[in-house]
Amino acid sequence: MAIKQLTVFVENKQGTVVSVTKLLSKENINIRALSIAETEGFGILRLIVNDEATAVKTLANEGYLIKITEVVGVKIGDTPGKLSEALEVLDNSEINVEYLYAFMARTEKHAYVVLRVEDNNKAEDVLEAAGFHLVTDADVNKL
Amino acid sequence: MTQNYYQKEIETMPYEEMKKLQSEKLVKQVKHVYENVPYYKNLMDEKGVKPEDIQSIDDLHKLPFLTKADLRDAYPYGLLAKPLDNCVRIQSTSGTTGRRVVAFYTQKDIDLWEDCCARAIVAAGGTNKDVCQVAYGYGLFTGGPGLNGGSHKVGCLTLPLSSGNTERQIQFMTDLQATILCCTPSYAAYIGETLKEQGYKPEDIPLKAGIFGAEPWTEEMRRGIEKVLGIKAYDIYGLTEITGPGVSFECSEQTDMHVNEDHFYAEIIDPETGEVLPEGSKGELVFTSLDKEAFPLLRYRTRDICVLTRKKCSCGRTLIKMAKPMGRTDDMLIIRGVNVFPSQIETVLLNEGYDPNYQIVVDRVKNNDTFDVNVEMTPEKFTDKVAEIVAMEKSLAAAMKTMLGINPSVHLVPPKSIARSEGKAVRVVDKRKLI
Ligand SMILES: [Zn+2]
Repeated sequence: MAIKQLTVFVENKQGTVVSVTKLLSKENINIRALSIAETEGFGILRLIVNDEATAVKTLANEGYLIKITEVVGVKIGDTPGKLSEALEVLDNSEINVEYLYAFMARTEKHAYVVLRVEDNNKAEDVLEAAGFHLVTDADVNKL
Repeated sequence: MTQNYYQKEIETMPYEEMKKLQSEKLVKQVKHVYENVPYYKNLMDEKGVKPEDIQSIDDLHKLPFLTKADLRDAYPYGLLAKPLDNCVRIQSTSGTTGRRVVAFYTQKDIDLWEDCCARAIVAAGGTNKDVCQVAYGYGLFTGGPGLNGGSHKVGCLTLPLSSGNTERQIQFMTDLQATILCCTPSYAAYIGETLKEQGYKPEDIPLKAGIFGAEPWTEEMRRGIEKVLGIKAYDIYGLTEITGPGVSFECSEQTDMHVNEDHFYAEIIDPETGEVLPEGSKGELVFTSLDKEAFPLLRYRTRDICVLTRKKCSCGRTLIKMAKPMGRTDDMLIIRGVNVFPSQIETVLLNEGYDPNYQIVVDRVKNNDTFDVNVEMTPEKFTDKVAEIVAMEKSLAAAMKTMLGINPSVHLVPPKSIARSEGKAVRVVDKRKLI
């Protein structure tokens, strides 16, 4: 069920993000979501794209250090408080969220959240049980 | 202490006689190399030197140098001076950086190498009554095969343990009452610590002497090893390019090492100009192989910084003495007053499971040296979690602090992001020199 996130190791300097996104757009890859975590020295780019196989190939060819990380995608609509509700569900089940980021779909008025947890299956189970709609790779491709 | 020699005539030969012997060997050797090694012939021709120009050891300075780069260019057979039919062995360096060195040996080359190691064992007090445990690696590395051969020549009972498996080392050492241990100093220290943990006191350990080399070690380490094992610890020096261990060795005096100069002639040169420096000067150590057949390097620049002295030694040997190398010509850095060698950084990286792709950046800010080490991230270690990568940087910095005594800032960087020169990462950027 989990969705695939592209994780790219980059230097934290001007232009590195643009060079990645440029490479992907050249291959007609759509970036659904992008988040950057950085320190003074390095940055970690996290991307959700519509075609991760081509994206990996494209970036690896250019020498990027890249790995696929399985993350949980959850649809949270645009109701206020829905995100904290989801986090509470996880917290109640003692599931620690390493990081998260949100993105919007172009066509619908829904927000989506990407969650990085240790145990994807467990997180998905509790979220689903609490009535949350999970996102699959197929969903992402359609967004 | 009564002195024993393995080859007394050579080891105590008066200087004038030694010089005569060296001259005779050199004249023959230059002819041999010129006729059989086109690579070196070209170097000599370029310099306008003919074999006839070399009449004695005093003419040695006329010959061109060989460097590590020449070994790379000529790899694998370009410096071979004998048909492969006459060669019986190769030995090789670990080759973690750049191309490995492959050295060839005829049976005569092996014999003279083993003689050199035998001299070292006898100088450390070894006789045919000794049990000699060789815990250097066997195989391509010259350590095991060299000391193994030397031990045979002396007539010691040889325990060919190779390196590692410390439990087994200790079992053989105690069961078979090993009296001489040959290994790297760090492994000797480790064996000593393990014995201590197991409750062995120095007087319970059968060893009386150790012959330790193949890596830099300090006087402090020597004292530590001698104390924990209850032995005398002797240094031995060598390099695969020249033959392996036994190029020089320590005697009972335990100060500096006697060079086996009947086989390997040593010079000290100014690393900048290549000019030969007088006895007692500090400079780059250069070796000429006087009688090896298969892989006879002439004027090979070791890049080791060293001093040669010919003062009288209490052991009776007349062989010239070389100091323990004080560093490398090309890569020693002084950071906050501490000598730092890139090879130390490399050792830490390999120990910690990284590739040796790194760059040391030194700068001076407000009269203080800054010390940064960039290390390329590996696919195996890469993770999507920032905190884990920050922790990796910290643990690398801590390991480097332990090795160097000063604390660097370590930065993990993307693969191939460190500037390359001829395929190798540029190891050192010293911005202090630009000021
Ligand atoms: Zn001596």
